[in-house]
Amino acid sequence: MDKRLEPILDIHGLRTIFRTRGGEITAVNGLDLAVAAGETVALVGESGSGKSVTSLSVMRLLTRNVGSIAAGSIRFKSKDGAVRDLVTLDEEQMRRIRGNEIGMVFQEPMSSLNPVFTVGDQIAEPIRIHRGADRKSAMDVAVALLDQVGIPDARRRAGQYPHELSGGMRQRATIAMALACDPTLLIADEPTTALDVTIQAQILDLLLKLQRERGMGMLFVTHNLGVVAEIAHRVAVMYAGRIVEEGPVAEVFRNPRHPYTLGLLASMPRLGDATRMKQAGEQLAAIPGVVPSLADMPDGCAFSPRCLYAIDACRQAVPPLLAVNAMHRSRCIRWQEVSR
Amino acid sequence: MSAAPFLVVRDLAKHYVSRGKRLNILEGISFEIAKGEVVGLVGESGSGKTTIGRSVLRLVEPSSGSVTFDGTELTTLSAAQMRRTRPRMQYIFQDPFASLSPRMTIGEILTEGLNIQGIGTRKDRLDRARTALEQVDLPAEAVNRYAHEFSGGQRQRIGIARALTLAPEFIVADEPVSALDVSIQAQVINLLRDLQQRLGLTMLFISHDLAVVEYICDRVIVLYLGRIMEIAPSADLYARPQHPYTRALLSAIPSPDPDAQRNRQILKGDIPSPANPPSGCVFRTRCPVALEACAHTVPELREIAPGRFKACIRDDLN
Repeated sequence: MDKRLEPILDIHGLRTIFRTRGGEITAVNGLDLAVAAGETVALVGESGSGKSVTSLSVMRLLTRNVGSIAAGSIRFKSKDGAVRDLVTLDEEQMRRIRGNEIGMVFQEPMSSLNPVFTVGDQIAEPIRIHRGADRKSAMDVAVALLDQVGIPDARRRAGQYPHELSGGMRQRATIAMALACDPTLLIADEPTTALDVTIQAQILDLLLKLQRERGMGMLFVTHNLGVVAEIAHRVAVMYAGRIVEEGPVAEVFRNPRHPYTLGLLASMPRLGDATRMKQAGEQLAAIPGVVPSLADMPDGCAFSPRCLYAIDACRQAVPPLLAVNAMHRSRCIRWQEVSR
Repeated sequence: MSAAPFLVVRDLAKHYVSRGKRLNILEGISFEIAKGEVVGLVGESGSGKTTIGRSVLRLVEPSSGSVTFDGTELTTLSAAQMRRTRPRMQYIFQDPFASLSPRMTIGEILTEGLNIQGIGTRKDRLDRARTALEQVDLPAEAVNRYAHEFSGGQRQRIGIARALTLAPEFIVADEPVSALDVSIQAQVINLLRDLQQRLGLTMLFISHDLAVVEYICDRVIVLYLGRIMEIAPSADLYARPQHPYTRALLSAIPSPDPDAQRNRQILKGDIPSPANPPSGCVFRTRCPVALEACAHTVPELREIAPGRFKACIRDDLN
């Protein structure tokens, strides 16, 4: 990240809790993360790591009376230059930001599209609401957007319903919808997970291009480390509600300094290398054990029960994020000994 | 590969009729699996990989074609005869949450097949269930518990144990690790490979993840829209893919290696609908090297080198 750039999103000390039958659980626990204009930050982790809860917290889309932000601030810089803490805004103020200043793309395009409205109407809607455009000019913008996201024959497609589009086309349409009001920040939550790999390649290529052209900041949530390497400048690896490692993607993947990141990278079979491993009789380096339940977290470092580097000190207190260098941080007290 | 193949699939086809339209889900599928071999079936949505896996065990009835297992033609067997063959052929399902009954104990789940087959006494059957649990690195006491008490990875182990209780020789594993988190995936892949080698299992391994397939399979069959595009030993397929679709598929997989060369070849367009497949080669509408001739004839699956097959008329590429 260019340090001169002021972040457009600056999350500080975010704590998001859920009330369950078994009591209160902390899904995100003291998260700090910033996204600058023109920068893509990937939030990567497995089920229950808190990556999606983080993105829902930013958009203030947590289910009321179930999930809530218990602490922290989410400072967002609007197009007019004003910086506001999203945590303190009321629903009315948030509605003016969602879809207008912050665009959103989710995993399942069919669930973000309304089946009874045409694709064009749904893309035009935020333009009419936030910009006050009339029906006709909003539809013209919608058609231009569909064209920009690579939908051929955009005018005809705009008049179709979501079920008439393929999965890849639908995801392109939701991207067009997210971009309708020129947001400065795009939050993409597993946007290619439901897609086939050749279609995923198309959508990643499209997001890269749009992000560059528009200079948007992008918060990209995914479980796929390969996708992170394709799309992001920086990566934050989450485990059990906390960031355990963060830094520039190439640096973190080449030189992981947290045992969990190291374990994730080693547990993936690599194309081309799997044959060699098979012939050499090598096993995949699986991470032993399972992700702890948020309702029953171990003391100290949450990864310590599965960690080959764990020592007594790890079980005493949650380690702070320690600086590996100016850009790269690891939440491991033994990071100097961790290496590939 | 030994001389007599264990499983032979010939000209397998599956058609459905939907709203008066004929859907060709599978067309002209032929391949063989040797005893002890692991063959991967890869392809994207709608490629027909699951339909092949299910047709082989007759969990769906193929429209035409033949499936021979250890010399016996399966497609003409009666339900009773098929039931007698099934213990030798088992299926591992993708979703460990949907494939285990929430109302049965793990012991009941694991002994159900043995009960149906009338194998052993009650005590023998429970012993076999306990042994199967140990084979998948779960405690034998799990027989008294219910599926919801286990994590996704543990449930998938239970699904594998269920397939093992009948001591099968052949297993269809349908996306067995796709629903699991990365760190758990590796545990289950290692387990499957270990069991396959230890028990000498023959396996049809269905997956959309080519890296997993490369790691676990001896040979790979690449499918597109219900047809075979390429068959090759896995080492060759990854080092020297021959079919334009295989090449595109491999290049589309994002690599976490920051030093990997990114000469991404992005295919245009969408996978066509099986209700309206392209004429000639089904891949031609997205193929970067398609010729006029590709629209006219369906390319046959030809052996281009020993053990290597491809369905593409372009031999002039490399």
